[in-house]
Amino acid sequence: MPTAGETAFDIQNLNCWYGDRQALFNISLSIPDRRITALIGPSGCGKSTFIRCLNRINDLIAGCRVEGQVLYKKENLYAPGIEAISIRYRIGMVFQKPNPFPKSIYDNIAYGPLIWGVKRGPQLDAIVEESLKKAAIWDEVKDKLQQNAQALSGGQQQRLCIARALAVEPEALLLDEPCSALDPIATAKIEELLLALKKTYTIVIVTHNMQQAARVSDVTGFFLLGELVEFGETGQIFTNPKDRRTEDYITGRFG
Amino acid sequence: MERHFDEELKALKEQILQMGALVEAQIANAIKSLVERDSDLARLTIQNDHKVNAMDVEIDDASVRLIARHQPMAKDLRFITTAMKISSELERMSDLAENIAERALELNEEPQLKPYIDIPRMAEHAQRMVKEALDAFVNRNVELAWKVIHDDDFIDGLTHQIFRELVSFMLEDQHTITRAIRITFISKYLERIADHATNIAELVVYLVEGKIIRHTDT
Repeated sequence: MPTAGETAFDIQNLNCWYGDRQALFNISLSIPDRRITALIGPSGCGKSTFIRCLNRINDLIAGCRVEGQVLYKKENLYAPGIEAISIRYRIGMVFQKPNPFPKSIYDNIAYGPLIWGVKRGPQLDAIVEESLKKAAIWDEVKDKLQQNAQALSGGQQQRLCIARALAVEPEALLLDEPCSALDPIATAKIEELLLALKKTYTIVIVTHNMQQAARVSDVTGFFLLGELVEFGETGQIFTNPKDRRTEDYITGRFG
Repeated sequence: MERHFDEELKALKEQILQMGALVEAQIANAIKSLVERDSDLARLTIQNDHKVNAMDVEIDDASVRLIARHQPMAKDLRFITTAMKISSELERMSDLAENIAERALELNEEPQLKPYIDIPRMAEHAQRMVKEALDAFVNRNVELAWKVIHDDDFIDGLTHQIFRELVSFMLEDQHTITRAIRITFISKYLERIADHATNIAELVVYLVEGKIIRHTDT
């Protein structure tokens, strides 16, 4: 395991196409281990496409083609013979819209471990409790684990989805605008959660909310028209960006 | 894209410039009250310091509000934090102008020790530094800022020269001691004013380049 801050994802010359349309152009960067990396940029800039290349969830989209190199802890995720499913166990994902299964809170969390082969019983109970605690939602749901997860509030659903991702013991978490459907209080809870989780997990977050990127991340990347314009320490990006386009975007002069 | 925010930043810049103009006048009047032995002008200068203080408070308040409402980033953020610091530098300059006027009031009560030659020279130089530092701020002119920073050496040299000359007066005739010490103070105040102008110039380099050059050998 690399030391925190060392390279977790090493991406070289990544290109991605949806059919004929190229969505990413020669992206190269290295994402540090157990840090929060924020990706910002206007809609359609490629940041979500990029993050979806990191656990090969783009494989599920017809016509999507990826070229270039994505190493995770020195392992080529796109090498022949590597199973995408096994990658997604190690590199979990949380989406913009909370998407709990139409099942109980308990079964949402238990879903992954059950597929994994964990039997129902005390071991599974422990995994569920541990995961909900890590996602800072245990106290709010411990008395209603059998209730339908879809009855929870948006912010609770999103933390449930994070708990669900954590239940399969991933090493990295990819979050695609996890707070854009949430109110400021729920957003603050997710942000606090991310800051706690980064001690254990490598986190990559795509966000439209620049203040959020500035608040929580250690490094920030700015995407524009499928290119990575600038990638650097968050404090530097938000006080003294090197590229004029980054400056224009983060100060709202774009357009 | 022109932002509404730009209007508010422009207003903040205007406030700094108005404060700068007032402080320049304060320094000029303080020196004039000394050289022309005009005690009424000295009293007026002392009275006017509160106007500068009020502007310092206004600029601080406006800056904090802008930060709270816009959460500025990058050069907007550097501009606002720089404006706040420049405001403090100007406020300190005005205090020093007030001190000069106070010493002028005392000196004007006694016969003139000698014709003032180096003090007006020094004042003129310091005033130019203040003006150029503010020009550098308005025009984001790093070259001019560096000129101001280097000009500070000239003022430091003059301070020593004035000090040596006044010491020789005091050694020759002890009746000159009180006046000579007051004039020494004035040269020290001018030297401090030039230091504050240098600080503003250093802030301009930060504003434009994002590089902090304070407390490094320049």
